[in-house]
Amino acid sequence: MRPFEYQRATDAGQAADLAVAGGRFIAGGTNLLDLMKLEIEAPRRLVDISRLPLDRIEPTDEGLRIGTLVTNSDLARHAAVRRDYPVLARAILAGASGQIRNKATTGGNLLQRTRCYYFYEPSAACNKREPGSGCAALDGFNRIHAVLGGSENCIAVHPSDMAVALLALDATVETLLPDGSSREIPLAELHRLPGETPHIETTLEPGELIVAVVLPAPIGDRQVYRKVRDRASYAFALVSVAAVASMEEGRIAAARLAFGGLAPKPWRNEKVEAHLVGKEPSPTLFEEAADLLLAEARGHGANDFKITLARRTLCAVLAEACQGDK
Amino acid sequence: MPTHVMNEALGETRLDKGAQGLIGKPLDRYEGRLKVTGKAPYAYETRHGEGVAYGVVVTAPVAKGKVVSIDTLKAFSSPGVIHVLTGDNLPTNSAQPSGDKPAIGGGQIHFYGQVLALVVADSFEAARHGASLVTVECETREGRYDLDAERPNAKVPPPGNMPPDTARGDFERAFAEAEVKLDETYRTPSQSHSAMEPHAAVAEWQGGQLTVHTSCQLVGDNTRQLAAALGIKPDKVRILTPYIGGGFGGKLGIGPEAVLAAMVAKEIGRPVKVALTRQQVYQVTSRRTDTIQRVRIGATRDGRITAIGHESWCSNMAGDDYFEPIGLSTVFLYAGENRLITHRLAELDVLMASAMRAPGEAVGMLALENAMDEMAEKLGLDPIEFRKRNEPDRNPEDDKPFSSRHLIECMEEGARRFGWSEREARPRARQEGDWLIGIGMAAASRKNLLAQSSAEVRLEPDGRAIVLTDMTDIGTGSYTILAQTAGEMLGLPMDRITVLLGDSALPESSGSGGSFGAASAGSSVYIACEALIERLARKMDCAAEDLTLKDGTAVAGNRQVPLVELLAGEALSAEGTLQPGNATKDHHQASYGAHFCEVAVNAVTGETRVRRMLSVCEAGRILNAKTARSQCLGGMIFGIGTALTEELVIDDRNGLLVNHDLAEYHVPVNADVPQLDVVLLDKVDRLASPMASKGLGELGISGAGAAVTNAIYNACGVRVRDYPATLDKVLEGLAEGGGRQ
Ligand SMILES: Cc1cc2nc3c(=O)[nH]c(=O)nc-3n(C[C@H](O)[C@H](O)[C@H](O)COP(=O)(O)OP(=O)(O)OC[C@H]3O[C@@H](n4cnc5c(N)ncnc54)[C@H](O)[C@@H]3O)c2cc1C
Ligand code: SF4
Repeated sequence: MRPFEYQRATDAGQAADLAVAGGRFIAGGTNLLDLMKLEIEAPRRLVDISRLPLDRIEPTDEGLRIGTLVTNSDLARHAAVRRDYPVLARAILAGASGQIRNKATTGGNLLQRTRCYYFYEPSAACNKREPGSGCAALDGFNRIHAVLGGSENCIAVHPSDMAVALLALDATVETLLPDGSSREIPLAELHRLPGETPHIETTLEPGELIVAVVLPAPIGDRQVYRKVRDRASYAFALVSVAAVASMEEGRIAAARLAFGGLAPKPWRNEKVEAHLVGKEPSPTLFEEAADLLLAEARGHGANDFKITLARRTLCAVLAEACQGDK
Repeated sequence: MPTHVMNEALGETRLDKGAQGLIGKPLDRYEGRLKVTGKAPYAYETRHGEGVAYGVVVTAPVAKGKVVSIDTLKAFSSPGVIHVLTGDNLPTNSAQPSGDKPAIGGGQIHFYGQVLALVVADSFEAARHGASLVTVECETREGRYDLDAERPNAKVPPPGNMPPDTARGDFERAFAEAEVKLDETYRTPSQSHSAMEPHAAVAEWQGGQLTVHTSCQLVGDNTRQLAAALGIKPDKVRILTPYIGGGFGGKLGIGPEAVLAAMVAKEIGRPVKVALTRQQVYQVTSRRTDTIQRVRIGATRDGRITAIGHESWCSNMAGDDYFEPIGLSTVFLYAGENRLITHRLAELDVLMASAMRAPGEAVGMLALENAMDEMAEKLGLDPIEFRKRNEPDRNPEDDKPFSSRHLIECMEEGARRFGWSEREARPRARQEGDWLIGIGMAAASRKNLLAQSSAEVRLEPDGRAIVLTDMTDIGTGSYTILAQTAGEMLGLPMDRITVLLGDSALPESSGSGGSFGAASAGSSVYIACEALIERLARKMDCAAEDLTLKDGTAVAGNRQVPLVELLAGEALSAEGTLQPGNATKDHHQASYGAHFCEVAVNAVTGETRVRRMLSVCEAGRILNAKTARSQCLGGMIFGIGTALTEELVIDDRNGLLVNHDLAEYHVPVNADVPQLDVVLLDKVDRLASPMASKGLGELGISGAGAAVTNAIYNACGVRVRDYPATLDKVLEGLAEGGGRQ
């Protein structure tokens, strides 16, 4: 671990300020500290935001505003979340372990870094860790890697479950910039695809602090989160699907679908959703949706199976979301 | 010193009579309270305070080549760094359990992650940062990382735990002529022990005398290995390892951290602590080999095996000829006139392969028991019926009698309790929603081993007893069963017994490995107690067999004398030694069991979840029903991991062990482990040891994984022969319409 300076932020504005040059926020620390031990992250300064008063869940006119320091555990057990956004509660509970969820925060979860094996092995080539060094995963052991959205420079997947649910719920991220201004970033625009610069993972500016995540009213009460993984618990998603839908007179009135385990960012493809809307659910329709989702999917050997798996999981999730006539 | 050579069966003993009523009781762990209150420290947690220095290992960034230079300048100038140890004589990884000492690098790199240097600093953090500043320049050479590719170059290894080849009759001919045949190849990957406590050592010199707190399984051997690595006499080394956070074979040979800590502590004249990081535990200790196994079974149409063949290939690093005894159980488990069991060893430029829980059976029985299930199906026989038809009455290898064998009883008892008769032979017969439900079984067997072991037992004037031996308790229950044995023999309640273990200054024991600990160390305590009883009998003026000891009182005829009175202020002490003898040579000894498993396989995703599992185990006398059960449960959980999740992935381009942490090397977690049940058949095997018990610690894993994959087949019709049965492999079968009738 590289020596670093530690500062406890007293308010959000000061935190953003402290983090501008070479500083890093630390919230739950469950991801950052592991990376610092391996010197994959080596900030000169840690800005501890964990005591800022950003840990509240408040109702808004239509939805919810979730402070960035709300822990994953608290968010998953919140009554309004369980009632109106069950897909979120389920996604969170499908992630990590009880101990980690007790520490992990909303903002930290969104900004956790990939679990690519080679990223975690300092002696391996990795463009994300060391730009320009190559990508050991491309023709290596890439069983957990992306089949969508990757580039020849990086095929790592974003590991968060929570982010997948938030994406299906049309969440927005509220931030504070070091100059004191704030902005709202739709979750779909928070993460970037690797392209030529896999080490740049988000659209946040240096020192930009996530303050809250805002949820609009859900578009439907048919909500499903399905995570497919190697163990019954405590394993990252190989494929995950979050679905939020509503039905009217036997037809799909609205649908939001987001995917984990498939791409370098929580994945959404609006064409898939558009194709479903207004139609009667059927296995054929679901297969068509999967065709659209996976049209450009590409395996790299060990992860080829994810394409079949994503197809089958999507169809099963759609069937579940559309079943019954409530 | 009383020594008992295990040449023949003892008659009835005090353990049978059970005057004190301790043997077999499900008593809580002797050290349980210390463990749950955090007072049983790991090795690294000893020797706090001033003056201690911390070492962190630097590992090789490539798998094969020559070290050209190691640049330590930056590390040296990093704050807090005291010393950087480099050189050709550093240990590369753990010692082989049977080896004299750990291998040294000699300026060459033999595998990815090999130990190359140790950075020592005033704090762990400073040492770790210093370690990251060491740069290694090497001439890299092409290496061999893939067992499949090296299979043609595999050689016949010298005999190890068993001879490489075992043959009887004319296998090829009998197989060719068999009415029904099975010929399948199975694969198992490398695995890592993944004990909870990472390898760590704290070394301190006082003059020429070295004390090392570490976490190891075989104190006697480990003391000699450490001394040999340092070039000093074993009596100059004291190892202390009273509490061990799991071993599973990963701590059988002395670890590199102990050697490095001792080397550098001497150089800098300070106590030194070295802990491997979790990643390094995967990289620089040892692994279980990957295997390829071809199983051929030939049988008559009515299901009698006429030919059984089990040919296997495994790997190790160059210069190390340990091979996994994959076919160990195939030698004796089923009848058949014509037999061929072979082992071939391929060199790989990968971390040393060594023993991991149930070396041999743990992977060999996956193939054998899977094949038995496949063959039963071909024959149209129930898997249990097929096994019963091939139950041998003598060891089919050499016609020697079995010391005891209750395999059929285990299978029948298990079948009854598990509801086996409700099993549909046809796959895909049961579905609940998206989940296909199936059940499977497999036999378990683990060859019984006995090892020389000594213990001292002291009777103090106050009527308490102390058991002293360098035996280890790696979580298995040694403390408890040794206390129970002494208590039973001397007629003392548990709270009157003290057990001191894990100290090389104490009489040398068998140590923990190969499931021989309880019988071997237990027998040494038994023998020492017998010697004490002789002396107590003399004091009572009676023959030993007429003396009953119970609740601290000696009883002979109608006389009752409290022990304290009998001792009259004197302490008595005796050392007992057990030596293996002819009983092992003249009989075939093994523990047996049967596993039953119900799984649900997701018809959409191929995920497998174990729903329930039962193992019926027979290992002679059960010394403590609770710790014995725990051992079986642990083994079954290993079996679930082996079947479904565990795989140490070797990058076949460069030999990197890819998934070297607990996030990506998947051992089963609680959610993967449903209600497990264990039934222990309490028998006695007097030929096995004076304790009349056989090895138990590894029985639970032997065959367990095959019960899981056999259940997968029964659930969904997909036969996975390439372990572990991860969902991608099951999915491939499902997507191809596998098993759709
Ligand atoms: C073994 C293991 C298994 C796991 N399994 C799963 C899983 O299955 N599914 C899953 O989704 N997750 C999983 N996780 C990841 C876990 O969810 C994350 O580690 C956690 O959510 C991170 O939150 P944190 O508050 O601890 O973040 P930290 O480690 O404190 O921070 C992470 C990053 O976010 C930045 N950051 C934090 N807060 C802010 C903010 N307000 N504004 C700007 N930047 C910020 C930090 O600077 C840092 O770069 C697992 C983790 C482990 C260790
Ligand atoms: S996939 Fe991305 S993170 Fe993984 S090795 Fe390649 S560049 Fe690095």
